[in-house]
Amino acid sequence: MDSYLDKLIFEKSRQGRRAFAQAPEAPAELDIPDAFLRSDRPGLPEASELQVVRHFTRLSQKNFSIDTQFYPLGSCTMKYNPRVCNSLALLPGFAGRHPLGPASHGQGFLSCMYELQEMLKAVTGMQGVSLTPMAGAQGELTGVAMIQAYHEARGDLDRNEILVPDAAHGTNPATATMCGCVVRELPTGPDGDIEMEALKAAVGPKTAGIMLTNPSTLGVFERDIVEVDKIVRDAGGLLYYDGANLNAILGKVRPGDMGFDVIHMNLHKTFSTPHGGGGPGSGAVGVGERLLPFMPVPVVSKQEVDGDVFYDWLTEADLPQTIGRLSGFMGNAGVLLRAYVYMRLVGRDGMRRIAEYATLNANYLQARLRDAGFELAYPGRRASHEFIITLRHEANELHLTAMDLAKALLDYNFHAPTTYFPLLVPECLLIEPTETESKETLDNFVNAMIDIARRAREDGETFKEAPYNTPVRRLDDVKAARQLDVRFEP
Amino acid sequence: MSELPGDLQYTSDHEWLRREDDGNVTIGITDHAQSALGDLVYVELPEVGQEVESGGDMAVVESVKAASDVYAPISGTVVAVNEGLADDPEAINNEPYGDGWIVRLQPGDAEGDLLSPDAYQSLLDELDD
Repeated sequence: MDSYLDKLIFEKSRQGRRAFAQAPEAPAELDIPDAFLRSDRPGLPEASELQVVRHFTRLSQKNFSIDTQFYPLGSCTMKYNPRVCNSLALLPGFAGRHPLGPASHGQGFLSCMYELQEMLKAVTGMQGVSLTPMAGAQGELTGVAMIQAYHEARGDLDRNEILVPDAAHGTNPATATMCGCVVRELPTGPDGDIEMEALKAAVGPKTAGIMLTNPSTLGVFERDIVEVDKIVRDAGGLLYYDGANLNAILGKVRPGDMGFDVIHMNLHKTFSTPHGGGGPGSGAVGVGERLLPFMPVPVVSKQEVDGDVFYDWLTEADLPQTIGRLSGFMGNAGVLLRAYVYMRLVGRDGMRRIAEYATLNANYLQARLRDAGFELAYPGRRASHEFIITLRHEANELHLTAMDLAKALLDYNFHAPTTYFPLLVPECLLIEPTETESKETLDNFVNAMIDIARRAREDGETFKEAPYNTPVRRLDDVKAARQLDVRFEP
Repeated sequence: MSELPGDLQYTSDHEWLRREDDGNVTIGITDHAQSALGDLVYVELPEVGQEVESGGDMAVVESVKAASDVYAPISGTVVAVNEGLADDPEAINNEPYGDGWIVRLQPGDAEGDLLSPDAYQSLLDELDD
């Protein structure tokens, strides 16, 4: 491999090299006071247009991505994001809108946001939606903050305990802790449901609420949800729905109908923004009646005056009990617009088909892998949109761990499933095919899994050194964690 | 898997306890626990002098796969912590029953359910089914 091509763009930089055709037109007159003009050059690489094109094209070729490979990364919903969502979100009227512009100059954008709120209310069964949280974790923080505000407004000041099942995403206990609550962990039974007796023992006058993902991270639907609702509600607690797995239930079951008081939705994930690179997200929240006064602002309202429709921001003046603002303006507008376009594109019936095909694909893959000899973590349960296999026997008998198999899959040109999560299941792979994959792709994935297991069993291969064909091989996780160094200094 | 040291007591959370001659109790995690966690990268230790409740959080071990609480199997006061783990957390991987010890307590009066080596071995056998 040509080492020059593999250098960082900073290392390729030569002073004075430019891409003239791409340079922005300089404004005729700069209206910036001298004191604020920089005197030194910015520390940016200087390269020609062709160098830049080659550099980033090669980088993209090194990447595993949904555009190039099957990406069954459990719990992440790595589905195809239609290009049209992107192109419509980038229309000049949207992209050029100034966030501080008056509402009267952004009626098109505001009407999209209002309709997005309404569609999210319809699909989740909630009474109100605020689009402001910038990511899933911020949506969670918002949700728990609203639960706290609710109890506080009632003078119920001792409720500081949040119940979290042990199968939960790590963000749930982290959120509760960040909000100053005490986390009480609930054990999971052998079939993947919450243990009811433990729940009954855990609730009480200190219970602020429970955080649940349903279907859970174990890839199964919490069957006792009505009972959970009753127990927590009777104890005076509120129910929080983690929308991480919303893809599985779209158009089928609504968290509002299950009795949840608050939900956060990862719009980037369920409603079509390319994700996984840590880029902009959206953690929109939906609330039931009891939490309506506490929603974060701004929220978009629709007013009709003399037959004219006007969309406007609701602020602190309209919602005096609001928990406040979470972002400078109203979340990540581009992600919200993509979600809007996607929801308009698929429509009500499409929502249902998303859930049906996501679930069908997961159950097909689960059945084929089971028949091929892989052990299911919850064999008695139908998968939701994802499922878990455990390689504990392969790890013991063949020295083929979940990580080894995950790395071996890369050489077959498949992205690895999620490994070692949830922690309850030893040597596990959490597999989520999503609704956008064809049967042929799923079959090829099964064939790769079978082939790796066969090579381990018959040829004694352990894949400890895999992957062999990727731009970087197996990384030193320990060194990466202990000596984190991601800064380049020229 | 190697044989369990016979002079230790165990817990169902995969921790071990050694009763020292001076009456203090040394605590660490078992070989099974370190193997399940994988390579350790960080250990958060309590302060010497801190009081711990039986069943309460006492330390945190973090590996490339997961972070996990270490619970106090008995109540007591922290009299020593294994400072060496700050630079060398993999001591827990290499010698879970020796240099990989985590905390030493002066015991209080509360004790959780402690297991004999045989009882802990049966628990491990069950997990392997």
